[in-house]
Amino acid sequence: MHVPDGFINAATSVGTGVVAAGGLGVSLRRAGAALADRQIPLAGVTAALVFALQMINFPVLPGVSGHLMGGALAAILLGPWMGAAVVSVVVIVQALFFADGGVSALGVNVLNIAIVTALVAWPVFRALMRLLPATRAAALGAAMAASFLSVLASSTAFVLEYAVGGVGGAPLDLVLGAMTGIHALIGVGEGLITAAALGTVLAVRPDLVTGLSDRTLSGGETRPTGRAVTAFVAGGLAIAVALVVFVAPLASPDPDGLETVAEQTGFSETAEEHAIGGPLADYQWSGVESEPWGTILSGVVGTAVAFAIGLGVVAVSRRRAHSR
Amino acid sequence: MSGVHAHVLHYHGHSPVHRLASHVKIVALFAFVGAVVVTPTRAMWAFGVHAAVLTVAVGLAELPAGFFLRRLTIEVPFVIFALAMPFVGEVPHVEVGPWTLSVSGLWGAWNVLAKATLAVGASVVLTSTTEVADLLAGFDRLRAPRILTAIAGFMIRYLEVAIGELGRVRTALAARLGNRTRLTETGTLATVSGTMFIRAYERGERVHTAMLARGYRGVMPLPEAPPPTSHWNGVVAWVATAWLITATALVSA
Repeated sequence: MHVPDGFINAATSVGTGVVAAGGLGVSLRRAGAALADRQIPLAGVTAALVFALQMINFPVLPGVSGHLMGGALAAILLGPWMGAAVVSVVVIVQALFFADGGVSALGVNVLNIAIVTALVAWPVFRALMRLLPATRAAALGAAMAASFLSVLASSTAFVLEYAVGGVGGAPLDLVLGAMTGIHALIGVGEGLITAAALGTVLAVRPDLVTGLSDRTLSGGETRPTGRAVTAFVAGGLAIAVALVVFVAPLASPDPDGLETVAEQTGFSETAEEHAIGGPLADYQWSGVESEPWGTILSGVVGTAVAFAIGLGVVAVSRRRAHSR
Repeated sequence: MSGVHAHVLHYHGHSPVHRLASHVKIVALFAFVGAVVVTPTRAMWAFGVHAAVLTVAVGLAELPAGFFLRRLTIEVPFVIFALAMPFVGEVPHVEVGPWTLSVSGLWGAWNVLAKATLAVGASVVLTSTTEVADLLAGFDRLRAPRILTAIAGFMIRYLEVAIGELGRVRTALAARLGNRTRLTETGTLATVSGTMFIRAYERGERVHTAMLARGYRGVMPLPEAPPPTSHWNGVVAWVATAWLITATALVSA
């Protein structure tokens, strides 16, 4: 998710940098009162924590892993302005001290990872808390939804920047579908972690949660209930599938790289006789007549299969870990 | 980015680059990366000369090649990403061995690989030759917002503490849960995040009290005066070379 140098062209990098600097400036000024003196050590220690947590990857699909962005968690715990400032510092230090994320892409990364996430998560969380009853379960649900949306907004911001000044010539619809689809899955992980982390903090030091400083919650849950988790994961998956299916393949009439390879190497002729060609060959459901519907169905099945494989890999590696 | 510690970044030495004032090196890093990013993708020769310019800096910094190359591996995730680009790019395509690759995707991959490698290399030179505290002082001298450098300073100081704490929480989990301690398991990671936030917050409060006891009045004492910047000329020449290459590439493109 950290964009390297050379991925977004110079003009767009500068433009995004100006926007990011403006956003960071506003965040610092708005956080200024709270940041005065007492909270600077706190902000620094929290930044160190976000940095450490970002180093842990969790599996999303086979071969794809995501890491916590932390923007939503920081915003709910510290407030939107201080949350944005803290995660910005993390991103800046990663780029300048650890060469993680490009120096010229600093604006892009600060905007996407720190500012967009914090400024999306905060209003969503606050609005949901106004609508929902003042219980801990509701707060955890609101945190899940807010962090899910913050990750999705972050990946959308990246696609916008890529559309304006990206290099590499990947078709935009493919980038949009793939980025938002994968990030919907990452968002599920982010949502679960944010909610559970919030639950732990609420159990021990509820006074530390800036996003809930003006209300007293009833209920004793420290973890999202099983049913809420199931509903959230199912909803997140449905959105991921919808994004991959409706955004990515429909608008792209050209065969993708892999298909072209198959056609030109004569792979596709063999494939027709092969069982491998199967019902998903050419990303179309062979039994379905009209093309878009076939593509959509293939996309759904493909995503479901990928998710099932992912679950299988996790289950197997877990069993291995047990038997060791 | 797994398990890197702040002081591991620094390579102890007394080279001319080590002795440069940190703010000069920061300006040089930004100027060099700017020149690299603006260079047109297809001017392949220009990237070769940029690499030579960077090699001069590595040589002047007296960094061993092995150390430098090992630090470059931070960009491996980008490399994997870049290698995927030729497979998803648009027409026209070319055949390379067994594969048919997108021409624009190939140029895109080259663009990211060349520019990211040069930029990461320059950044490695900066962080290897400058102590972290000195680097922060450099940002202060460049008038970066004090709040940012203050937060960053605390962050870097407590990074090792946070990573160490993560390790101790891991050990504690292993002691209580046996084998089910993989931090990649979402549930475990979530509980650990919450616990660590509370510990971080309470440490922040303790640190602040301790600082007040030592006379902290809201502003950290100013860092000592910058070292002599007699090498400005050399740095300007180095940066100017990179921009001259870029300008030539832009004109001839």
